[in-house]
Amino acid sequence: MHSTAVSLIELGAVCFGLGVLGRLAWRIGISPIPLYLVGGLAFGHGGLVPLGGIQEFTDIAGEIGVILLLLLLGLEYSAAELVTGLRRSWMAGVVDLVLNAAPGAVAALLLGWGPVGALVMAGVTYISSSGIVAKVLSDLGRLGNRETPVVLSVLVFEDLAMALYLPILTALLAGVTFWGGLTTVGIALVTITVVLVVALRFGRYVSAVVDSPDPEVFLLRVLGAALLVAGIASQLQVSAAVGAFLLGIAISGSTAENATRMLEPLRDLFAALFFVVFGLNTDPRQIPPVLGTAVALAVVTTVTKLATGWWAASRQGVRRLGRLRAGAALVARGEFSIVIAGLAVASGAVDPDLAPLATAYVLLMAVMGPVAARVVEPLAQRALTLMPQRT
Amino acid sequence: MARIGGYPRGVNVEVTPLPGIGTRQDFMTRSGRRVGVVTYRDGRFDLIISQRDDPDACSASIPLTPEESATLANLLGAPQLVAQLRDEQRDVVGIATKQLPIVHGSPFDGRTLGDTALRSRTGASVVAVVRAGDVHPSPRPDFVFTGGDLLVVVGTSDGLKAAADLLAHG
Repeated sequence: MHSTAVSLIELGAVCFGLGVLGRLAWRIGISPIPLYLVGGLAFGHGGLVPLGGIQEFTDIAGEIGVILLLLLLGLEYSAAELVTGLRRSWMAGVVDLVLNAAPGAVAALLLGWGPVGALVMAGVTYISSSGIVAKVLSDLGRLGNRETPVVLSVLVFEDLAMALYLPILTALLAGVTFWGGLTTVGIALVTITVVLVVALRFGRYVSAVVDSPDPEVFLLRVLGAALLVAGIASQLQVSAAVGAFLLGIAISGSTAENATRMLEPLRDLFAALFFVVFGLNTDPRQIPPVLGTAVALAVVTTVTKLATGWWAASRQGVRRLGRLRAGAALVARGEFSIVIAGLAVASGAVDPDLAPLATAYVLLMAVMGPVAARVVEPLAQRALTLMPQRT
Repeated sequence: MARIGGYPRGVNVEVTPLPGIGTRQDFMTRSGRRVGVVTYRDGRFDLIISQRDDPDACSASIPLTPEESATLANLLGAPQLVAQLRDEQRDVVGIATKQLPIVHGSPFDGRTLGDTALRSRTGASVVAVVRAGDVHPSPRPDFVFTGGDLLVVVGTSDGLKAAADLLAHG
């Protein structure tokens, strides 16, 4: 009885604290993700106030947070949008992949973390935060801009890349043999193809299974389906997150819109807890030694995202200022970098320094992303007026 | 003359999908500005106007509720119709065309054309109703008005004055 009271008080304090941090973050115009991470760091091992008693709950809440993050990512784009996006922008997507995965992979190899560590860090530096990017674009009133479809199609490609990347990563982290790994990748590829075909041809039926006019029934069905699919996928070693993501793609049309509207607050709650859990499991005392690496990675991958956006936008005939805006919009990393690092840390198959490095990196990039998107225009205009005009 | 409903000739509306958000529809004006709307999946609109010196960027991106966009569409669409009617009636002496709004909360918001008894009381007649940019020509007596409708009314100048009074005050 008594311990329940303590757990409730702790959980309440954590949630309320997150609420205060979130409000502060939007006030000063940054994403709340870095503040949640800092909150987790403060309470975890080696932090200011170690929390006990609610670990079991926060751990499972964090898992649900990952599943909801990926489910809503899948819901965000319809299968048709994914396929046309892939067809139209695969070159920009490949440039994005090569330029931004390379720095992470190289850093991991230099640190001697081996090929698995390299794969993890490649994912961490590659994937932009679609949540932060979409929020920043709409806050800055750039949805009508000409470079915005370019930015969005790069995000679409990154989503599809995640669907392939996560099962491969999960298999490698589980330490399966080469053939076992190939089988997992094969299963993943076949599953993704089947899901895309099903979503394109029979999306209505998948939607009909979860759809209901009653909001309560609808919420329970969608959430239940997501957890079931995630659990089964996890049992098949395809990664729970990918299962949820594919379910999200298969649900389409108005069902997807309703599901998004209904699940968004749940996702925000559980994702916040997930970031806290990740912070909790990271010892803040380990961050200073890796800070230099994190800053170097942040600088390099800011430049590589700028280059990606510049190149992709120039192919659509966007002018120089617009190209810079496209690049700066893509700089933010966030939730998915932490999802990847979280998978790696949970498996225990990577260097213990990976968690603090990923934390420090995401802290930097989640703050810098929105700032970069905001300041790139005035900075570039000043630079252009100082420089002699060339075209 | 510009047509109402459908896009007039000479204006090229570009439709661009915005994955995860909705669609952007815009066109280049003769003065070199891009004007259009971003339509969100949930039905909201943003009115967008490009910057003067950077056609890629937007100097304004104004969120509009469905009611507001319908009103804007009426403001832009109704004068075209009135101009057209005026052209056609130029030969008839003493007849004028005027657009009269049904404001939200007006006595006839939610009531029918028949309820106004406009023709018998003022001699003017409603030849069309513009709603959300769509023109409903020759409305029947059972046509139900809602706030934001613009009525295109034809009559003598006295009749039009009486009609405006009637629609505003019942």
